[in-house]
Amino acid sequence: MTARTGEARTGEARTGDTLSGGWLIRGARPLGGAATDLLLRDGIIAAVGPEAAAAAPRGTRVHDATGLIALPGLVDLHTHLREPGREDAETVDTGTQAAALGGYTAVFAMANTDPVADTAGVVEQVWRLGQAAGHCAVHPVGAVTAGLSGTRLAELGAMATSAARVRVFSDDGHCVADPLLMRRALEYVKAFDGVIAQHAEEPRLTEGAQMHEGAVSARLGLPGWPAAAEEAIIARDALLAGQVGSRLHVCHVSTAGSVDIIRWAKARGWRISAEVTPHHLLLTDDLAESYDPVYKVNPPLRTAEDVEALRAGLADGTIDCVATDHAPHAAQDKETEWDAARPGMLGLQTALSIVISTMVEADRLDWAGVADRMSLSPAWIGGLAPAVAAGPAVATGPGVPTGPGLPTGPGVPTDPAAALGPGRPADLLLLDATERWTVEPDRLASRGRNTPYAGMTLPGVVRATFMRGRPTALDGKIQ
Amino acid sequence: MRHLLSAASLSRVDALLVLDTAQRMADMTGRTAARTVRKLPTLRGRTVVNLFYEDSTRTRTSFELAAKRLSADVINFSAKGSSVAKGESLKDTALTLEAMGADAVVCRHPSSGAPHRLSGWVRGSVVNAGDGTHEHPTQALLDAFTIRQRLGRVEGLAVTIVGDVLHSRVARSNVWLLSTLGARVTVVAPPTLVPAGIDCWPVDVSYDIDAVLGKSDVVMMLRVQRERMNAAFFPTEREYTRRYGLDADRLAAMPPDSIVMHPGPMIRGMEIASDVADSPRSTIVDQVTNGVSVRMAVLYLLLGGAE
Repeated sequence: MTARTGEARTGEARTGDTLSGGWLIRGARPLGGAATDLLLRDGIIAAVGPEAAAAAPRGTRVHDATGLIALPGLVDLHTHLREPGREDAETVDTGTQAAALGGYTAVFAMANTDPVADTAGVVEQVWRLGQAAGHCAVHPVGAVTAGLSGTRLAELGAMATSAARVRVFSDDGHCVADPLLMRRALEYVKAFDGVIAQHAEEPRLTEGAQMHEGAVSARLGLPGWPAAAEEAIIARDALLAGQVGSRLHVCHVSTAGSVDIIRWAKARGWRISAEVTPHHLLLTDDLAESYDPVYKVNPPLRTAEDVEALRAGLADGTIDCVATDHAPHAAQDKETEWDAARPGMLGLQTALSIVISTMVEADRLDWAGVADRMSLSPAWIGGLAPAVAAGPAVATGPGVPTGPGLPTGPGVPTDPAAALGPGRPADLLLLDATERWTVEPDRLASRGRNTPYAGMTLPGVVRATFMRGRPTALDGKIQ
Repeated sequence: MRHLLSAASLSRVDALLVLDTAQRMADMTGRTAARTVRKLPTLRGRTVVNLFYEDSTRTRTSFELAAKRLSADVINFSAKGSSVAKGESLKDTALTLEAMGADAVVCRHPSSGAPHRLSGWVRGSVVNAGDGTHEHPTQALLDAFTIRQRLGRVEGLAVTIVGDVLHSRVARSNVWLLSTLGARVTVVAPPTLVPAGIDCWPVDVSYDIDAVLGKSDVVMMLRVQRERMNAAFFPTEREYTRRYGLDADRLAAMPPDSIVMHPGPMIRGMEIASDVADSPRSTIVDQVTNGVSVRMAVLYLLLGGAE
């Protein structure tokens, strides 16, 4: 079925002022529930249900969403927008277009740009570029260490108090390997309720590593990236975070052992959150047999057993959220020998479809679960949700299901349905879950073309994305 | 067969075809051939490019000689002194060779899988002449040829491969080819030089060379680079030699008809003692001779065999 953007319900459509004019979404099914109407006005969800139409003033536009599922706008904690520095691979503009088309209303832009986002100046630049593009909110991630060098702290406080209001800090691409520096970083960001997002990779154990260490790497003669190199850092950091009572976020968890360690750490009540990428939920290391670096990513694709553990961890909340690790690359950085290629793959426009394919269609997450793992949890981890009382974690004790594993203080929308309730920000997407689409790299919005899903037919088509009441993407077109 | 990228992908039938063809090549152009002109006109007018990104005089020369004995035009395109040194990508180099009409590209490359990538970019045949730590299929074919020549068969033989299996493309190719041909393969190495995931290979693994020598028909020694000890793969050269080197005492423990092989270049005194390398049981020089015949067979089958 096709959603259509209707003419003005009454009077003339007002051009250029859709925010105050508002939108009436008709017949949408919030979180897959009963069909209802939503009135978006002044950037918020002004009314839901039968009264929505009645409350719509003249000039309100109507969007027919009959049969479509409404989800809160997706939030990506892990996006590489490449600007400044590698505008041939992606820009803030093109990357956020991909985000909007994929159903995202907010992305966290990783710090490994050139120059590195390790000063207030660079994070403010990225933040302003995001505002200027207007396709989705761009929240810069600050580097933990100056120049991603791993040797001394960047000015974390300056970035936190800048216009970009940075709360997530990461050297992603590199591990903060020095244990003392990691401890200090975890402690230091407590002053502004920041979180350190760790790229967990013991560097000595992965020197020259090209793919998951196992049967396939042995046969292909590609140096292996052992699971222990990830798990050792996660275990160490969990212990540090527990020791100093700080917040730790684990980027792109990729192994079954990592899931076990995070489950153990959360059971102790430590403030740890974790993400998994769509590609680690679907793809496995045997794809490297083609030697096509489109499958080269860091951490690498792992085994079917790891994929299963990641899906189980995401389902039971051990892994809090899905983050894309969207990593565009220019053609010349992928059309090479395997070991000469840069690691990473596109993710923003395919993430929701991969989650539907691996989790929803397998009955491991319902739509409320998708909303939690792709919108509410990442928003909370990134500090976007309404103010949360600072202070120590709510200890849940071993054996108690911890859900997303984070304190459920005031303002954390524990009920995903509330995310689409009256008064909430009008950040949402409309999804045709029954439709399937085929991934064509040339038709993606990103400058890079490095999607591992080329030619695959995936479930779920995003029909519309609204950010603060304004459509950013409608029927596959940027607004 | 369009390309020869790995021994793992060779069927038993194809492998035997290469070995039988190589025998014909040896009969026609080898040292003992009746002909006085040791050259065949088979590939006249065809162009073979040796694309070598690593220095390897012995392999390149062997391929060059093989192509010339088949009357092909041979171009040596080495990484040094070409546009490659200026940073041209493998893909652009491939497109250049393609535009020049190369019928076959023989590729030696430090990156595992590079010939595989190349085969997607050129229309001609690609022969893997050694890629990173992946494979070196013509080496395994010439080793199988040499085993057959010396012992009459490969099937049913016990072959022991000793040394740096982790980093060895020769070991990988031999493991797959020799097991395809019915040999029972055992690899012997310090545990640090055995790849994780070897349990999926069709081999037995031992850390004790003395436990397997007595039941080995073939012992294949691999080169061990001295630099490996700096990365803590083993403590010292002396300890490696003591635990895994093949000396006269160990040779004496092998069955009387067994043979000793080495792909070269060897480090005398490290993995193999000089008197072992030079003994009549050593096939090291035969391997070099047979390499030309085997590479002739490969080029012939890829470029001309169908006609």
